[in-house]
Amino acid sequence: MANGEREVGADAPAGGFVQLLTPDGERVDSVTTTDGMTYSVDFTDEEYRELYRDLVTVRRLDAEATALQRQGELGIWASLLGQEAAQVGSGRALRKQDMAFPTYREHGVLYTRGIDPIMPFGLFRGVDQGGWDPHEFKFNTYTIVIGSQTLHATGYAMGITMDGKTGTPDGEAVIAYFGDGATSQGDVNEAFVWSGVFNSPIVFFCQNNQYAISEPLERQTRIPLYRRAAGYGFPGIRIDGNDVLASYAVTRAALDQARNGQGPSLIEAYTYRMGAHTSSDDPTRYRIASEVESWKAKDPIARVRAFLTKQQVADETFFAEVDDTAKKLALDLRERVLAMPDPEPVTMFDNVYPHGSPEIDAQRASFERYHATFEGSGH
Amino acid sequence: MSRIKEFPLPDLGEGLTEGEILAWLVKVGDTIELNQPIVEVETAKAAVEIPAKWAGVVTKIFFEAGTTVEVGSPIVAIDTDPSAGPLPADDGLPVPSAESLAAVEIAPAEGAVEPGLIGGPAPGGRTAVLVGYGPKNTTAKRRPRIGTTPAPSPANVPSPPPAAATAHRPAAAPASPSAPEVRSPNGRTSGPVKASPVKAGPVKAGPVLAKPPVRKLARDIGVDLAVVAGTGPMGSVTRDDVHQAAAAPEAAAPTPALAPAAAVFDASREQRIPVKGVRKLTAENMVASAFTAPHVTEFLTVDVTRSMKAVEKLKGRREFADLRVSPLLMVAKAVLLAVERHPMVNSTWSAGTNEIVVKEYVNLGIAAATERGLIVPNVKDAGRLSLRELSEALNTLVQVAKSGKTPPSDMSGGTLSITNVGVFGIDTGTPILPPGESAILAFGAVKPMPWVHNGKIKIRQVTTLALSFDHRIIDGELGSKFLRDIGEFLTDPEGALLAWT
Repeated sequence: MANGEREVGADAPAGGFVQLLTPDGERVDSVTTTDGMTYSVDFTDEEYRELYRDLVTVRRLDAEATALQRQGELGIWASLLGQEAAQVGSGRALRKQDMAFPTYREHGVLYTRGIDPIMPFGLFRGVDQGGWDPHEFKFNTYTIVIGSQTLHATGYAMGITMDGKTGTPDGEAVIAYFGDGATSQGDVNEAFVWSGVFNSPIVFFCQNNQYAISEPLERQTRIPLYRRAAGYGFPGIRIDGNDVLASYAVTRAALDQARNGQGPSLIEAYTYRMGAHTSSDDPTRYRIASEVESWKAKDPIARVRAFLTKQQVADETFFAEVDDTAKKLALDLRERVLAMPDPEPVTMFDNVYPHGSPEIDAQRASFERYHATFEGSGH
Repeated sequence: MSRIKEFPLPDLGEGLTEGEILAWLVKVGDTIELNQPIVEVETAKAAVEIPAKWAGVVTKIFFEAGTTVEVGSPIVAIDTDPSAGPLPADDGLPVPSAESLAAVEIAPAEGAVEPGLIGGPAPGGRTAVLVGYGPKNTTAKRRPRIGTTPAPSPANVPSPPPAAATAHRPAAAPASPSAPEVRSPNGRTSGPVKASPVKAGPVKAGPVLAKPPVRKLARDIGVDLAVVAGTGPMGSVTRDDVHQAAAAPEAAAPTPALAPAAAVFDASREQRIPVKGVRKLTAENMVASAFTAPHVTEFLTVDVTRSMKAVEKLKGRREFADLRVSPLLMVAKAVLLAVERHPMVNSTWSAGTNEIVVKEYVNLGIAAATERGLIVPNVKDAGRLSLRELSEALNTLVQVAKSGKTPPSDMSGGTLSITNVGVFGIDTGTPILPPGESAILAFGAVKPMPWVHNGKIKIRQVTTLALSFDHRIIDGELGSKFLRDIGEFLTDPEGALLAWT
């Protein structure tokens, strides 16, 4: 299931990928794959500008979070640096009714869902358990365990099928995010099996950032990851993960197929993690500098900026305003993160049972009395 | 809140306790912006740049580069409002306020535990440990209970936590040469040693009281227990008494007046090099290896004239035109061929599973002296390489090692190693096995020597090979045959090659 018929750019891996915007900012009108699928986008100037704003904003917020971790204000941070296009493109491709299942790195997708970016910071700052209402924004909680969210997403997709919420042009579809390392997990393979067999309305969106922490891709797979889908009986396609347009176009098409009852698909977004796996990791121990440099030339934001400039869709004033707005958002985020209160010890009893239980209530009361014996306990 | 803010070293990676300051990117007086990188810190996990938490002017840097700092210790102070004019004299002092100290109650010492019992303080300040994570060197912070907090009295206000005392490990020697520091096993530094009473202890009659580990310690460091005054229970000699006695002669003995220009043997003439990086790793590996694998070393002196001629011949060949062909290549080939004949030497002792793991692949380690210290990168699957490929791989390995850029993957997974001590003009040595490997060959200098050749004394190129092996796996017979084969190849490479392959 090779990708493009057209000559793909020099930056494409063997086998090609769908690319609608080259690293130099050249627009490719459309790409038709050997499967007969044609991908393109038709954005207004304003939509192009807003995509650029999304990309810059999520990168700036991410940089602020990385700084906060280094300053001891977050316990850990998983940076999305380099993967903005894959996340913003696929996130913007979701329709309001679609449900997303993130890993712990999908800050960009979270942002495109219209969620206050501070939402996951309680988890990384260690002041809450990272819980939120997945239905409110149709965005599941961050999942730390590698790959398990693909099974949750599969179950959810089977569920909405049984509920009759899908199978129509305005039905619901599901997207499950995971990384290249997760493809080695049993969970992900089970999710592929179940989704394939039950023809579930789900898009598996794999951000192949080339490293499972320190393990390179060649230690994960013998074939390109998107080709695995064939073994489970659904289509797989590879996109330039640093191209926000390809990410948008292919994800939107795959989601629409899913919501129309045409079953799952696998998208491999071929990208690169420019930073560390998390703030606890040192990528210089397993990656060579020249590799990182070569990916810098494929930066997802620079190409959009080049495109906007060439098309005279945006000018320096616009770019400066975007940077400035992003910086303000980041500093505001910083202030609010620093102001996050430490949890009261008794909050550990809050989410044990949805409606409480006599035993837990008694434990809470006893614990409260004990705490009241300390100075400054405040209640 | 003071306008001077101190930035404590954060836990940069999920449960780390310390970090080493690699380099300061700013200096005192610099104006810095929020999130501007100010310092590089290396932890056990990663080397990272820390961005400034506040904009302002750097007023103090607490630790110089090269210092290992405990998490939580202030490392830099920043004046966050420099436009407000000069600082009041006291404001710049980065001392924890009395209130902040008083707010932290140090947990009482667990005095109820009898001295010397597990978990309790043993005589001399040690904490007896049987199993577990070792003694806890920090004191717990506990919130004061209502109605139980005594007013802070001088005795009750805790001294700065031990962190402050031990965090700063200067590379320089202590200033007072005659008062060496004694570092007790729990890492705390005690003051200058009061040596004289111990040293002057009279020779006692009757048996000396001391626990067996203390007796061993005394024996190890050469202290006669009979002359040590015990300070432990019932006058028994403690670990610290032994350490003090050992330190005493240097500490207390006044320089004899009879030698007018007597040599001084103290810190002023000693250089202290912090043990870290490759040196630390080397030391750990050597200790781990030397004390787990029983080493045996065998020697063989061989005539390598023909090998040297073979090297010359190879140099002249087209296939090797762009390569540096060295005698090491011949030795490597000899080892690889000998491994094929005796696969058992290419194995590892797996104590965990009670197995000997014999490997079909040879990742051939080459010990290399670099500026960073000794490293042993290895050629992966060397047994499958042709002679040219092997030569290429050795060239690359050595060049990369010398440039200091050997990736960690090249240094792990070695199965058998060669150390080329000959390049230093040394005849041979008794190498220590890299951990996990069962054999290592030392290749000595090749020198022209008188040698009996075809019944006559001739000048021949001769070298001495030394093979160390793990005697748990390799018996003398196997080791000898392996070494003999290496020698045979080097004596007659063409003949051996034809006969064996």
